[in-house]
Amino acid sequence: MGNRTMRGEVAIIGVGETTYYKRGRSPDPEFKLVIEAILKASADAGIDPREIDGFASYSNDRNDPSRIAAALDIKDLRFSNMEWGGGGGGGSAACAHAASAVATGLADTVVVFRGLAQGQFGRFGQGARVPHVRGDQAYTAPYGLMSPAQSFAMRIHRLYEDHGITQDTLKACSLASYHHAQNNPRAVMYGRPLTPEDYDASRWIVEPFHLFDCCQENDGAAAMIFVSADRAKDYAKTPVYFLGGAVGSGNRAGSGSHNATDYATSNFKTVAPRMYDMAQVKPEEVDVAQVYENFTGGVVMSIIEHGLTTYEEANEFITFENLTAPNGKMPINTSGGNLAECYMHGLELNIEAVRQVRGESCNQVDDVNVSLVASGPMVTPVSDMIVGSEAVL
Amino acid sequence: MANPGAYYLGEGMPAPAPAIDGLDTEYWEAVKRHELLVQNCNTCDRPQFGPEWNCHRCHSFDLGWKPVEGNGRIYSWERVWHPVHPALQDSCPYLVVLVELPNHENVRMVGNLVGDPMQTVEIGAEVQPVFEDHEGSDEVDPFTLVHWEVVE
Ligand SMILES: [Zn+2]
Repeated sequence: MGNRTMRGEVAIIGVGETTYYKRGRSPDPEFKLVIEAILKASADAGIDPREIDGFASYSNDRNDPSRIAAALDIKDLRFSNMEWGGGGGGGSAACAHAASAVATGLADTVVVFRGLAQGQFGRFGQGARVPHVRGDQAYTAPYGLMSPAQSFAMRIHRLYEDHGITQDTLKACSLASYHHAQNNPRAVMYGRPLTPEDYDASRWIVEPFHLFDCCQENDGAAAMIFVSADRAKDYAKTPVYFLGGAVGSGNRAGSGSHNATDYATSNFKTVAPRMYDMAQVKPEEVDVAQVYENFTGGVVMSIIEHGLTTYEEANEFITFENLTAPNGKMPINTSGGNLAECYMHGLELNIEAVRQVRGESCNQVDDVNVSLVASGPMVTPVSDMIVGSEAVL
Repeated sequence: MANPGAYYLGEGMPAPAPAIDGLDTEYWEAVKRHELLVQNCNTCDRPQFGPEWNCHRCHSFDLGWKPVEGNGRIYSWERVWHPVHPALQDSCPYLVVLVELPNHENVRMVGNLVGDPMQTVEIGAEVQPVFEDHEGSDEVDPFTLVHWEVVE
């Protein structure tokens, strides 16, 4: 890519989130949650929120940056950005957009945010109550293929067929997230541990996904603040540097009726190498990874497609011991992730990646210098972010 | 028996309707005659599915339809246990299959696999289409779904 890179030019100075709630339990409306998260991220950074001049979000977030800018008394709105695509595939994309806006001078202080109050609005995990479906949906919904879980389950059976991956890998991902949540008072599943027996006994949602392979649905909001590296040390916390980002998906990933050229994929095969290139990081240098769990089968494919293991070694590598902090070979989802901290559409994963570099995690891994986030497996587009300490610049 | 009604899934599921822009009217009309079509490019003679306005290979706008030749093959499958729609309340478990068409460059179609929902599903198994006609209602025009059954 020549010298076209943002590596080390931008830093994250503040992160914040509201209380995380079970779906429909937020006492506050979604917009109020978003403002609260941005104020908390500002307080974390020690920055006046009036200095914010840009916003990035994803997944058709309903909270319009112009309304937020008015609410925060911002003098000059300079960047207002939305990544296309549903699900959490845009989480790290929004971070990359924020970083690129700062790196190129479009804006100086950009907030990435996501707010969800599903009691106030609709749910994700339900089929549409409509008499007709047209277009792509006409070829799936009448056959009872309607929800996200149903849309992705067949990829995992094909993964098993093509590579001999076993259900135990999905189980390991689920147990790791729940285990980490037990040390995280923010987590919705704090105080609700999951045993291997609980997993095995849980009902099927759609084979091969048990109940505990599926993310929660939650209410809350989260926010992160990006500024240029040369200002980053002016604030309260140790800066965490943006090393690399990438967005996208492979050939015909968006084709209808499940006709993607490569089917049994998390959609990271072309994205992860671009992220590593920009970050100048090798997979074996990743200290800790936050890997978006819509469904655990997507986590397994993401781990493989980021080069953290191989198809051949996945069954031996993807175990509870290896996936858990502090001593696992590749701790993942150390806040509890979408399964057990909160389904903040994955932005809680980006925040946790920052906390790991700061040394502030509830499940801290030793000496974290390189911290990876993989957002939204199996949707299109997906996105990646890698952040690191000053030591790796 | 999970599906006591005349249809594989419960009544009241969203019905397929042709796209407003007319893209796939021919497909949905053909299945009502129990003919299964796949879109095919008149310029490069390659198939594609789902239907689109241009050929994804050669970018030609000159697209037509071909009758599907021969049987399909199960590419993947899932067994659904949790009803996400009120019409599915008495339909679980049910089987969804992704079927590839070997005579059409392995383009894929989604349908239900008829028969015992607890049957062992083998990836690679040969399947043939089964047409399920729906009468329609005040709200919905008559339509036909395309299911699959294992060829013994
Ligand atoms: Zn063509």
